[in-house]
Amino acid sequence: MGMTDPLKGFGVTLSKMFKTVLTEEYPEVKKIPAPRFHGKHQLNRHPDGLEKCVGCELCAWACPADAIFVEGGTNTDDERYSPGERYGFDYQINYLRCIGCGLCIEACPTRALTMTNEYETADDNRQNLIYTKEDLLAPLLPGMEQPPHDMRLGEDEQDYYVNGPELARGQGVPDGTTVETGGEEAVR
Amino acid sequence: MTVASASGNDAAQSRPVPEGHVRLTIDGIEVDAPKGELVIRTAERLGIVIPRFCDHPLLDPAGACRQCLVEVEVNGKPMPKPAASCTTAVADGMVVNTQQTSQVADKAQQGVMELLLINHPLDCPVCDKGGECPLQNQALKHGRSESRFVDKKRTFAKPVSISSQILLDRERCVLCQRCTRFSKQIAGDPFIELLERGATQQIGIGEQQPFQSYFSGNTIQICPVGALTSAAYRFRSRPFDLVSTPGVCEHCSSGCSQRTDWRRGKVMRRLAGEDPEVNEEWNCDKGRFAFRYATASDRITRPMVRDTDSGELRETSWTEALRRAANGLLTARDSRGVGVLPGGRLTREDAYAYGKFARMALGTNDIDHRARPHSTEELDFLGASVVGTGPEDGVSYSSLEAAPTVLCVAFEPEEESPIVFLRLRKAARDSGTRVFHLGQWDSPGVEKTTDIADSGSPIHSGGLLPCLPGGEAAALYELPSEVEQALSEPGAVLLLGERCAQVSGVYTAAMQVAERTGAGIAWIPRRAGERGAVEAGTLPTLLPNGRPVSDSVVRSGIEQAWGVPEGSLPSIPGRELDGILTAAESGELSGLLVGGVDPDDLPDPEQARRALRSAGFVVSLELRPSGVTEHADVVLPIAPTVEKSGTFLNWEGRPREFEITIEGTGALPDCRVLDTLAVEMDVDLFTQTPAAVAAEIRRLGANPGARPKPPDIPAEPVAEPVGDKALLASWRHLLDNGSMQHDEPNLAGTARPPVARISPDTARRLGIEPHQPIRVSTERGTVALESEIVEMPDGVVWLPGNSGPAKVHGVLGAGHGTVVGLAAGPLPPPGGGPKSPEPAATAAGETVSAATNGHGANGHGDGANGHGDGANGHGAGGLGAAGHGPNGKGHTGTDGGVA
Repeated sequence: MGMTDPLKGFGVTLSKMFKTVLTEEYPEVKKIPAPRFHGKHQLNRHPDGLEKCVGCELCAWACPADAIFVEGGTNTDDERYSPGERYGFDYQINYLRCIGCGLCIEACPTRALTMTNEYETADDNRQNLIYTKEDLLAPLLPGMEQPPHDMRLGEDEQDYYVNGPELARGQGVPDGTTVETGGEEAVR
Repeated sequence: MTVASASGNDAAQSRPVPEGHVRLTIDGIEVDAPKGELVIRTAERLGIVIPRFCDHPLLDPAGACRQCLVEVEVNGKPMPKPAASCTTAVADGMVVNTQQTSQVADKAQQGVMELLLINHPLDCPVCDKGGECPLQNQALKHGRSESRFVDKKRTFAKPVSISSQILLDRERCVLCQRCTRFSKQIAGDPFIELLERGATQQIGIGEQQPFQSYFSGNTIQICPVGALTSAAYRFRSRPFDLVSTPGVCEHCSSGCSQRTDWRRGKVMRRLAGEDPEVNEEWNCDKGRFAFRYATASDRITRPMVRDTDSGELRETSWTEALRRAANGLLTARDSRGVGVLPGGRLTREDAYAYGKFARMALGTNDIDHRARPHSTEELDFLGASVVGTGPEDGVSYSSLEAAPTVLCVAFEPEEESPIVFLRLRKAARDSGTRVFHLGQWDSPGVEKTTDIADSGSPIHSGGLLPCLPGGEAAALYELPSEVEQALSEPGAVLLLGERCAQVSGVYTAAMQVAERTGAGIAWIPRRAGERGAVEAGTLPTLLPNGRPVSDSVVRSGIEQAWGVPEGSLPSIPGRELDGILTAAESGELSGLLVGGVDPDDLPDPEQARRALRSAGFVVSLELRPSGVTEHADVVLPIAPTVEKSGTFLNWEGRPREFEITIEGTGALPDCRVLDTLAVEMDVDLFTQTPAAVAAEIRRLGANPGARPKPPDIPAEPVAEPVGDKALLASWRHLLDNGSMQHDEPNLAGTARPPVARISPDTARRLGIEPHQPIRVSTERGTVALESEIVEMPDGVVWLPGNSGPAKVHGVLGAGHGTVVGLAAGPLPPPGGGPKSPEPAATAAGETVSAATNGHGANGHGDGANGHGDGANGHGAGGLGAAGHGPNGKGHTGTDGGVA
């Protein structure tokens, strides 16, 4: 062992003090993942607050990990959760099983299911990691109303689907907000 | 079928065409086909699948959808246009080229598919058929990936309730007419029809006439698109996450094979299974839709004992309940004995356990599964001519179809055994069978088997032989010579229904007719378990497999097989059900062991309740709280059919085995419960599992001794009603107040409205106007129903057995052939009578209201419309890969997450 060796050790420390710090200050400082990161799912809403999910179970079908459970329900004129006949009565994603592959997103025929950048899906018990519809639904933005309620936008279905977002602006939905990215965009 | 390559050697070429066959070439393959066979069927036998929607092997060809176009060449000349292979019969020298070898056929099929999809909404994501849809699959296989249609699609209000159960979505319909053809040809309920013409042609129902049929569910199953769906299964699940388990229907003695689709421990739907020997591809709506009784919220899942202090039932452990039951039964046995009433809904294995338990643990022959009006004559008849027969040596579905004549004696096939009805109708329609009914009025079931006018020249054959209720036996002695002659033709059959037990002398008379004419004779009970229970020996005079109790030789054989000392089995024939109840009431019996019995089904429900009250100790094995559990000291929970395995014997005596559908629920079959109870009483039954019991029944084999003697009871004269009295005729509707139809409001809406039927003369005599309420009363109570005036014997009133307020046993304490009071008049004021009239109004009103405003979600399109196409592709493509795999099972993690 040479005389200068102890100093060499200090030298390493000293030199590192002037380099970029790789340590992440999580959870004090949260890292923002890439825009297309596969995070927690979100069930989107139409601009009037109705759910986009029609309970078709295609996400559950596509899921290679069998992490999704869906059961459909029937909308009535008195109790309407989504436009059309059918809505997702029960919706559960089991994050113990989910592998974040995103096949469910691709399968969704109504773009009801998208993924946010939210990655904090850890917990201290298994029960809490089964997310239900309440946990997954997008937050109500301005102009949205908690279902059940009637289709609020436009005179007919054509209006609702095609011009819905435009009509919603008049009802207080701010510019630049789309329904599909409501939640996590707001967080960012 | 013989197949040879067209380019084959000379030997193949010179092969003679078999008698009655023609030789043709399909896709270059030479094939011999029976004359008259349709090209699509011949191709199918070769493994060439031609796409189709309207074609169904059990329906007459229609050529409605045009999807099965193929190129045909006859006598060397090509036909000018592609022909529909589902309506083209094979011909000698025909050359057929399907889409596999012919560009023309392929293009034609693609064109038809494009046209079919023009108005199709492509709402597969919200459609119940999505994932198992022939249109989805064939559109992917034989359609173009893009449509050239750019205009607006035709839209309709959706869905329309055509009955409280069946929903019609006309946008999805491809007008294949399978549903209308099924209803007309098979079920005989032409309440669904093609309406309008041209571009607006659509399926629909008449105004004010819902699609009322006991077989309407079949139209959902055969619909090749999602146009017909059921309210009960609407949006419940997808085929890919259902586990399909084959099973057997537990509702009636037809013994339908069925498919149960379930997920996460819950049955989602049931479908007709395929069994050409039994139900072909059909089942009835009761079998299809009535299954939620097993998951009812009041289902008993834990043993209960009656608390000595409070007198209420309280849940307890199996150990305590079994100990209490065993001690109580032992005390009762050693005191004056215990009677056993297993009920008619058990599997053969469970019934066998009851029989063995009664004889070995309770030392009695006081056992009778017939929880309905019954007679000693019936008992003798069962022993003499029913037990031990099977489809090979007795009457079977196929012998019904081949029979020249069938006489239904006190048997209402459509209400009591719907698949027998379908077979009789098929026989009358296709094989010219004459069906006679010995009954009271021209019921729908009678009409549909004797008067068939759905295609070609109308068929009128057979008919109703009207007689007074109770006069069936006398009528059998005086059959019209035409009927007598028809029955003498080889292969003729007599069918005896459950109601025969209420008419004295009818079995004797029927056996004499059978002997006189050489006709076959079959007994068709209403409940699924009755036939098996007869074999299993739950009758006071019969040990397993038809061994008479009184024959000491066969009894000692059983003693040996059961491993009990010689002479230890009771040798005196026991009491029948009414005898058991009378004895329990008077204290001659000190205990009762009761299975699935509803006191209101018994001939005298009041006496039954008194007997249950006064019996010292009552053990009940039940699924849900009932009139028996009210009085039981110990209630032991048992498994519903879906949670156990076993065998039902259908009316033919055909074993219908089934396995457990939903495993791991912890529910035990009756045979297991009785086995454990017997162990507690220091007796080994060895009936732990249905499989063990089935093996023991097999080992026992047939009765080595002689059959018991047939009954010999003369026909009794029918009572003459005078004044305002009338004779009551009654049988049960298929859909009624039965406890196994619990919690099925959509199904209940399709039940026949309960009405009282009288003849025009009787109505005049009593001053009753049509559709006015009338009162039928006995000293027990009064039933008030709307009247309907039909052609029937005078002085007779017909009531449904257990529909709405008409509870013939429960309220009136009467039965078929009883003299009752009859009066015109309004419904008694609420609370005035023993049964308030409200249920009638609700039951009748349900049909109407449910049909008109049942599903209010009409009018709004569905959100998925625009994206449907993509999902369609995904959906159908995935089916091939996923199929019906048991995906649902993998969900253990999520399972825990649901409250």
